[in-house]
Amino acid sequence: MIETPVLNFSVIAPALALVVAAVIVLLVDLFLPRSRKQVLAFVALLGIVAAFVATGLLWSAIQPAFLGTDGMAVADGYALFFNFAFLTVAGLAVLISVDYADRHGLAQGEYYALLLLSTAGMSIMAATTDLMVLFVGLEVLSIPLYVLAGLKRGQAMSNEAGLKYFLLGAFASAFLLYGIALTYGAGGSTAFNVVAAGLAADASTRVLAVAGLGLTLVGFGFKIALVPFHAWTPDVYQGAPTSVTAFMSVGAKAAGFAALGRVLAVAFPGLLTDWAPLLAFLAVLTMTVGNVGALRQTDLKRLLAYSSVAHAGYLLVGLAAANEAGLAGVLFYLLAYGFMNVGAFAVVMAAEQADGAEATVESIAGLAARKPGLAVGMTVALLSLAGMPPLAGFIGKFYLFRAAVQADLTWLAVIGVLNSVVSAYFYLKVIVAMWLREPAEGELVKTCPLVGATVTASALGIVILGLMPSLLLALAEMSARGVMGL
Amino acid sequence: MGQSDFPVLSLIVFLPLAGALASLVFFKKTQQAAVRWWALLVSVVEFVVSLSLLFRWQIRGEMQFMDGPATWIPELGISYHLGVDGISLFLVLLTTLLTMLAVLASWGFVAERERSYYFWLLLLETGCLGVFLALDTVLFYAFWEAVLVPMYFLIGRWGSERRIYAALKFFLYTMAGSALMLVAIIVLYFVGGSFNLLTLYDSPAIPTQLQTWLFLAFALAFAIKVPLFPFHTWLPDAHVQAPAAGSVLLAGVLLKMGTYGFLRFCLPLFPEAAVSLAPLLAVLSIVGIIYGALVALSQRDVKSLVAYSSISHLGLVVLGIFVFNAQGMVGSVLQMINHGLSTGALFFLVGMLYTRRHTRLIEDFGGLWKKVPRFGLFLLIATLASIGLPGLNGFVGEFTILVGTFKAERIYAVFAATGLVLGAWYMLTLIRRVMHGPLENPANQELADLSIREVLVLVPITLLFFVIGIFPGLLLDWMEPSVMALLHQIGPTIVSLK
Repeated sequence: MIETPVLNFSVIAPALALVVAAVIVLLVDLFLPRSRKQVLAFVALLGIVAAFVATGLLWSAIQPAFLGTDGMAVADGYALFFNFAFLTVAGLAVLISVDYADRHGLAQGEYYALLLLSTAGMSIMAATTDLMVLFVGLEVLSIPLYVLAGLKRGQAMSNEAGLKYFLLGAFASAFLLYGIALTYGAGGSTAFNVVAAGLAADASTRVLAVAGLGLTLVGFGFKIALVPFHAWTPDVYQGAPTSVTAFMSVGAKAAGFAALGRVLAVAFPGLLTDWAPLLAFLAVLTMTVGNVGALRQTDLKRLLAYSSVAHAGYLLVGLAAANEAGLAGVLFYLLAYGFMNVGAFAVVMAAEQADGAEATVESIAGLAARKPGLAVGMTVALLSLAGMPPLAGFIGKFYLFRAAVQADLTWLAVIGVLNSVVSAYFYLKVIVAMWLREPAEGELVKTCPLVGATVTASALGIVILGLMPSLLLALAEMSARGVMGL
Repeated sequence: MGQSDFPVLSLIVFLPLAGALASLVFFKKTQQAAVRWWALLVSVVEFVVSLSLLFRWQIRGEMQFMDGPATWIPELGISYHLGVDGISLFLVLLTTLLTMLAVLASWGFVAERERSYYFWLLLLETGCLGVFLALDTVLFYAFWEAVLVPMYFLIGRWGSERRIYAALKFFLYTMAGSALMLVAIIVLYFVGGSFNLLTLYDSPAIPTQLQTWLFLAFALAFAIKVPLFPFHTWLPDAHVQAPAAGSVLLAGVLLKMGTYGFLRFCLPLFPEAAVSLAPLLAVLSIVGIIYGALVALSQRDVKSLVAYSSISHLGLVVLGIFVFNAQGMVGSVLQMINHGLSTGALFFLVGMLYTRRHTRLIEDFGGLWKKVPRFGLFLLIATLASIGLPGLNGFVGEFTILVGTFKAERIYAVFAATGLVLGAWYMLTLIRRVMHGPLENPANQELADLSIREVLVLVPITLLFFVIGIFPGLLLDWMEPSVMALLHQIGPTIVSLK
């Protein structure tokens, strides 16, 4: 008798809701006339709300329920916390896309469907406890993003972005797969906890496991844009449609960190002495290259791309600390980072010039005089990214550096704060341009009210998380604690 | 122990913030006049509320009117805790007084984007007060950094020709200094067990090697703020380019945050390190005293001259701290207030001159006494207070510090005293070149003397010069218990190491 596995689909309910919504979007798209495409955004939002509800329901009944034998996915605090983050970012991304997609003639049915599918992939990556499902989740996350990056078909830069992302991403996936294969060989299974048990039991496979871990890190490193796997980031962020950049700068990174965190904590705790110092070294490299790279940028999307790389470095400090506080810090910081980055990119989008050219430090000069609300929102986001109190970015960085000191990595914290100071220079450069310079010549596009609402919501989120972070911090700590127990 | 349950310190810290936010919400950009009056009202009310601390003050060493400790972020161990003692009491009053006068003076200095201007000015006040009153190290750090943004905008939007460069330099230089302080605070948490300052005071001594690193990390941040030679290069640019009221608050209040930091953090938390590194800091202070004075002598720009004089005067204050005796420290605390008042007055006066003539170069003036005698009178008194003429406040502070320094290390006192002589030299030269001599420049023929509003700005400070100069006990009696408590705390270390 073939034994059918006990499947509990409720564990990945949010991801399923998103997939269903994506299909519905595609179907509805068939019947909508060209002028009514905004409805698709609404449908997408409904899907996101449904996923939110599913996450909420799961939260109230948290159960480490398993899908299939040996466990493939889990709905614990860690996964659900990340789900909230992904869904928030996706929701905000949909809001800012409405006007942008219309203006730039992007194929809206495909656009929203791919966005939702990518979010589903993120959700799976946070929930998975199995290496193969991890790979599936990564592909479901990435392939829509490759297409989305190249969606502005008329523009060479967008095509270049999509192709670059795809080629390098495919390479990285291959590395990851090879790493998974080696890990399977060393641990005897693809389930995280079984791998850990296998490695603990049999020390002779350690070399194989380390090789597998190394290749896995390469694959992840590309996804979360660690140095030296970050070269694609500036070009892809710059070339992709700005709303897509906003979405993937946070979502893909968060999903990558979610999966990486769980893999390291659950599958490779035995190799801690190998990966913790390596991560610390990569963190230093990433922070420094990211911040130094941003210093000379004039195109805002490239500037934010390098800043994104640097922030991956700060987040990696949390993982390098290899303690509960570090992991909780990563969770908190990623959510705060979502608000900061989406807010910043939303303003970059709104400051686009009327002739379609992207915003540069030159073109947003005097934004405070022309569009004060946007300037304030951007200032809050940038100051938070720089780590100024009393904003969310400060709390996040504080938490991460504290975890580092707790793990006897004080030198890492020192490098981190010094990097924050360096980053202040280029964030201030943008703030100076907006507030202290005369308004630039060109016309700016009219601000869509939804974009304005997103900027406001992001700024409010940043300020509130900076002044009253307790609730979210408690949730993050609880979630981090739960991961270790699996 | 609080005298009552009303959180007066929280009110003092956040009232200006509330006023600033209200000005954005209730006033339109075009209602310049209304915003001016509103800002003045808020700053006056704030000053009066801060005065209320005086009436219920008990003369003893510990923290009073404590607010908290209330949990703010329990997951990180950060609490909300405010308190004031003899050392910070007068710094708080100095801040509220100078801000009130700065608002009144700005009526004549600032003519565009006034709503934003007063918003940042009030926000700056909240930040400064928070620094002086915070008893939780992270809360202190948050306020410390929070001061940067308003000052940056004040310099950058309403400053002079090279304002953007000066604002950026100020921001990045100060932030770089305090970056290491943040890491030190975190390390201190793990070593001492808390972020709360009072708990840290009582926790067991930190190993000497670690103490030295922590002391240096904190000291770097404070040394940049004071500023101590050789970390002073941001100051002349920031002071010269800032709008007049900005310079007043920068010199009068912000610089004191550095010296306050030494007293509140470096000495009580790291006494061994403080004692062993005292010679280094004393030497740097003395270099600052003499260097600042010599460079001031050669300045052509009035504001620049006053800026370098600040470096010189505050060098003396830091020296007084690191001689570790009662005279030195009480003198330093008093001199902090004195310097705030005298430099504040000088920057007000320079600002008033600038609005009339739009130049700060000394050579553009000369013989002004005939045209603006009232101005000249106030300038003369402020200069004499700055120099330290007996009868005025500066003398008491400087003399006390010198006595304390002489007791500790004679050679320091000798060098420091030369700073006093140089101070008299450049300040009196300033008076001579600006006020006396023939009135040659035709542009100066039409100068209007001080208006009633401007006199109103200067009178309170001038009165205080005399009051503090003749009755210094009024302040000293209130400061002394806290200074003695601090000395008591680090006393055993000094005795054992000397």
